[in-house]
Amino acid sequence: MMTSLPLISILTFLPLVGVLLLLLLKPGSDHTAKWIALVVSTIVFLLSLLLWSGFDSSSSAMQFVENYAWIPSLNIRYHMGIDGLSLFFVLLSAFLTPICILAAWDSITHRPRDYMIAFLALDSLMIGSFCALDILTFYVFFEAVLIPMFLIIGIWGGERRVYAAFKFFLYTLTGSVLLLLAILWMSITAGTTDIPALAEFGFTAQAQFWLFLAFFIAFAVKVPMWPVHTWLPDAHVEAPTAGSVILAGVLLKLGGYGFLRLAIPIAPLAAHDFAPLIFTLSVVAVIYTSLVALAQTDMKKLIAYSSVAHMGFVTIGIFTLNFQGVEGSIFQMLSHGIVSGALFLCVGVVYDRLHSREIARYGGLASIMPHYAIVFMIFTMASIGLPATSGFVGEFLVLLGSYQVNFWLAFSTATGLILGAAYMLYLYRRVIFGKLVNSDLKGLADLGWREIAIFVPLIGLVFWMGIYPTSFTEPMVPTVKKIIADYDAALASPVAGSDPAAAAAAAAAAAEGDEAEPKKPAALILR
Amino acid sequence: MFALILALPLLGALIAGLFGRWIGARGAEIVTSAGVIGAFAIGVKLFMTLMAGDELQPIILFQWILSDNFTAAWSLRLDMLTAVMVLVVTGVSSCVHIYSIGYMSHDPHRQRFMAYLSLFTFAMLMLVTANDFIQLFFGWEGVGLASYLLIGFWHQKDSANAAAIKAFVVNRVGDFGFALGIFGVFWLFGSVNFDVVFAAAPAKVAEVYRIFGIDWPVMTVICLLLFVGAMGKSAQIGLHTWLPDAMEGPTPVSALIHAATMVTAGVFMLARLSPLFELSEAASLFVALIGGATALFAATVALTQFDIKRVIAYSTCSQLGYMVFAAGVSAYDASMFHLVTHAAFKALLFLGAGSVIHALANEQDMRKMGGLWRVIPVTYVLMWIGSLALAGVPPFAGYASKHMILNAAFAAGGWIGPLLYCIGVLVAGLTAFYSFRLVFMVFHGKPRADHHSMDHAHESPLVMLVPLFVLAVGAVLLGVVGEAYFIGEERGEFWKHAITVLTLHDTIARAHEGFVPPVLVILPTIVGFVGIVLAFVFYVLRPQWPAQLARMSGGVYRFLLNKWYFDELYDRIFVRPVFWLGRFLWQRGDMGTIDRFGPDGISLASQQISKRAGILQSGYIYHYAFAMLLGLVIIVSWYVFIRVFI
Repeated sequence: MMTSLPLISILTFLPLVGVLLLLLLKPGSDHTAKWIALVVSTIVFLLSLLLWSGFDSSSSAMQFVENYAWIPSLNIRYHMGIDGLSLFFVLLSAFLTPICILAAWDSITHRPRDYMIAFLALDSLMIGSFCALDILTFYVFFEAVLIPMFLIIGIWGGERRVYAAFKFFLYTLTGSVLLLLAILWMSITAGTTDIPALAEFGFTAQAQFWLFLAFFIAFAVKVPMWPVHTWLPDAHVEAPTAGSVILAGVLLKLGGYGFLRLAIPIAPLAAHDFAPLIFTLSVVAVIYTSLVALAQTDMKKLIAYSSVAHMGFVTIGIFTLNFQGVEGSIFQMLSHGIVSGALFLCVGVVYDRLHSREIARYGGLASIMPHYAIVFMIFTMASIGLPATSGFVGEFLVLLGSYQVNFWLAFSTATGLILGAAYMLYLYRRVIFGKLVNSDLKGLADLGWREIAIFVPLIGLVFWMGIYPTSFTEPMVPTVKKIIADYDAALASPVAGSDPAAAAAAAAAAAEGDEAEPKKPAALILR
Repeated sequence: MFALILALPLLGALIAGLFGRWIGARGAEIVTSAGVIGAFAIGVKLFMTLMAGDELQPIILFQWILSDNFTAAWSLRLDMLTAVMVLVVTGVSSCVHIYSIGYMSHDPHRQRFMAYLSLFTFAMLMLVTANDFIQLFFGWEGVGLASYLLIGFWHQKDSANAAAIKAFVVNRVGDFGFALGIFGVFWLFGSVNFDVVFAAAPAKVAEVYRIFGIDWPVMTVICLLLFVGAMGKSAQIGLHTWLPDAMEGPTPVSALIHAATMVTAGVFMLARLSPLFELSEAASLFVALIGGATALFAATVALTQFDIKRVIAYSTCSQLGYMVFAAGVSAYDASMFHLVTHAAFKALLFLGAGSVIHALANEQDMRKMGGLWRVIPVTYVLMWIGSLALAGVPPFAGYASKHMILNAAFAAGGWIGPLLYCIGVLVAGLTAFYSFRLVFMVFHGKPRADHHSMDHAHESPLVMLVPLFVLAVGAVLLGVVGEAYFIGEERGEFWKHAITVLTLHDTIARAHEGFVPPVLVILPTIVGFVGIVLAFVFYVLRPQWPAQLARMSGGVYRFLLNKWYFDELYDRIFVRPVFWLGRFLWQRGDMGTIDRFGPDGISLASQQISKRAGILQSGYIYHYAFAMLLGLVIIVSWYVFIRVFI
């Protein structure tokens, strides 16, 4: 609010200006292309810091709002803004993009300019998805993200890149088809596509069930929840390093974000009914994928499976719908964005040197790459959730929240603490410790300056978030409180008819309250 | 100012760890040792302040986690329990830092080693100064990390790496319980701050918690969960398997972490949380039983081991059992006292063993030692002192504390008191036996090492011996000096509110009041002497007897030698099934089921369908005409069917 500049639109579309510049570039000037991408994405990141500094941490209202008519005949508006939920996801996207560009600096030799274009486009679309307050705008960004990602995997990926790219695309597209249906139905019924308005509309319990089902399928694939997670290991394994970083760092978070921004506010009654199912699937995810991670022989696959387990914590936290659980899950998403991104970068470091992700090819790297060993150790510990790293705060708050829901939920989720330590330390041991057996490893160089420059900010963040998380949790507080208060209010309201007995009692209590249901006369323009 | 207790070791660790290359090995040694010794000096100041009768308020450094009604802060709790632990930790740590300068002098990675040692010290100090459960947990996991790094310090050794992972993961099992206990505390009290929780605890005794459809007293559930954490850190039976393997680390590490400090964290926790444990008799009973079982189990295993460090490791495990069952019978004061004296004499024994290993160029097998007393006489005398203290011979340090533990156990009454007393006396005998078995095997008899290593064997340099002297002084004097304060008539004034004991449970007071018959009071000492004499007979007078006895007892001997087969059992029921399950879920679950019937199955099916559909496009007009006709017939029949029957 400090300026009248449309900061969010600038953030969203500045990367596209970069894309334009890159398109105008003569072929062959790859070096310039990299610099343009780096400079543009860094500017975007620096500008995104203005969001943080100008953010009013005491308010749950949308801030930096821009609201213009876009397609007036359909009542679709260009409505953008951020609250405590989206703020840090925007920052995370803007932060990771320059890091990805740096990570690709030397390792991408095939059409680097196009690669940079894909990443700048991703930057724009990710920021757009987190800022969109119109559900159709959201959908456009949310879906469009798939395209650059599909290309990144399909063009710059490994040997089975085509299979992985199609699997990724099909899985996510299946989910979003239902999401689109739900969006169309809502906009017809409610006569608006504005997300805050939809949240206040108050759909009937039955409608909420179907809406939630659509949201659930779309976002569960994105998170990904068990059993629709199998695209993730393949996508990660085949994606180039920076692709994995964005995929794990930001794209998965769109799922969790979707639950908090759309599914729960719009269909709170259904969210309440679905919670046990989601808990079950998440607990299965935590235990199942942790066990599977233990059996992996491919570094990236292992970290991919660990992502599924960590995102299991997130979905549990979200649906505890108490303060610690929800705040913990948002924090866990941010932390996981940094840590898993960094772990993929760690794999990328040795992949660049040896072009192998096979764990057995490595071993004993500590003796020749001591700096690398330290960096890898820090992120391993953060992934395990050691206190004073970012991983601890999120996991701990989620478990704290889940304990208040159910002892066994917390109990079974917490087994992830043990298994997580086992698979990460087992990986670390096989890669970093032991004797240097493979002779071709002897010549490997330790981290270069570019790589150190990538890792230092990530390490700083991991500790900052771990030691003084208040900087990050403070702006979230009003928004989290609002999400929970709205949810509780919806459950308590007389319209809430999920439980017949309660509904009957409520109906008796508020006999005339029923006609308050359709808040706005549905315009039904979309006929 | 007291915050410097934490800051100095951390600073030392950071400087040595990050700038080790610039300041060199000697620089790292100086910086880290100075940091820890400085912390010790401030610890003494803290102790003196508290002894003078001042009460100190907790120091809040800054907010850590703030989530609605959940708050945790980085802070220091300054009471006598903290002060005692700070002195133990920084005292032993200072000795170990200085000793390491000599012991590790040939290692190329001394900076890293010193940094890890200081990092450990910092984490342990965070643990003992915690003012809430969350910082306690931070220290808990932090010492786990440092222990992992130090056990695996020689990372080219596969056995060291395996031991490091084992230590971390087994401790994580304990932390899992601990974490659930903390959640329970927050759920019950709405706070994790010690003062708030302790003040509110008595009012919550009657509350129940429904698990498995049975109502459990909530205090019992929470205490048992928290105790699982203590079992992991303090290597109690069931979660002890990591401790003997942890001996893969350099010996100074064993002295600091696996004897004097980290493994005592569980005992410290029981004392710190005495206001909770006092409220659950069931949990206390469980604590006492586990402690008794551990003391007995580890002592029996220690009888048969040949690796000098493993003998001491099992001895540590057994002594921790003493401390834990003491806490279980509400003799927290005695438990803490044994913690302190044990820290001195066990660190002495470990560092002495290190001196032996150093002298024999890294030989650890006692079967290849013998007759060393002429070669390393100073170490020999120091090991005698340590062993006498461990065996509980008056007036050495171990006597006073162990004596009180046994008396308090007996005074606990019921069936548990006499049972624990009997176990304790038996273990006292075993302890004396295996301690002197070690002394006699290593220092007496004919030299069994080859000539080469005997000729090169040499006494350790002064930088290693001075810390041993300091610890030896502790092993001799701590018992006599500390008795009055820790467990004697001054104890109320000494501990103040740091430890809570309900009058009903005050076993130490009962022991002082002459509850225990005089015969039973002196029995442990007699049994201890018998143990020493037996060891002398077996390992000096009749060295052929042990082998004969081992052959005669066959199965029992193998059972003990193989450490009750715990490792084999865990391998069968946990490690291998978990890996198998991981592979199964991956190959049969993910690839064999989800992918096969999910994306791959659908894409295969759609391919086949489109292939079949492709066949239809034959291009012959009559095929299409026939299909149209068929369609028409079906539609008309359907129409008719509906009209007629519905």
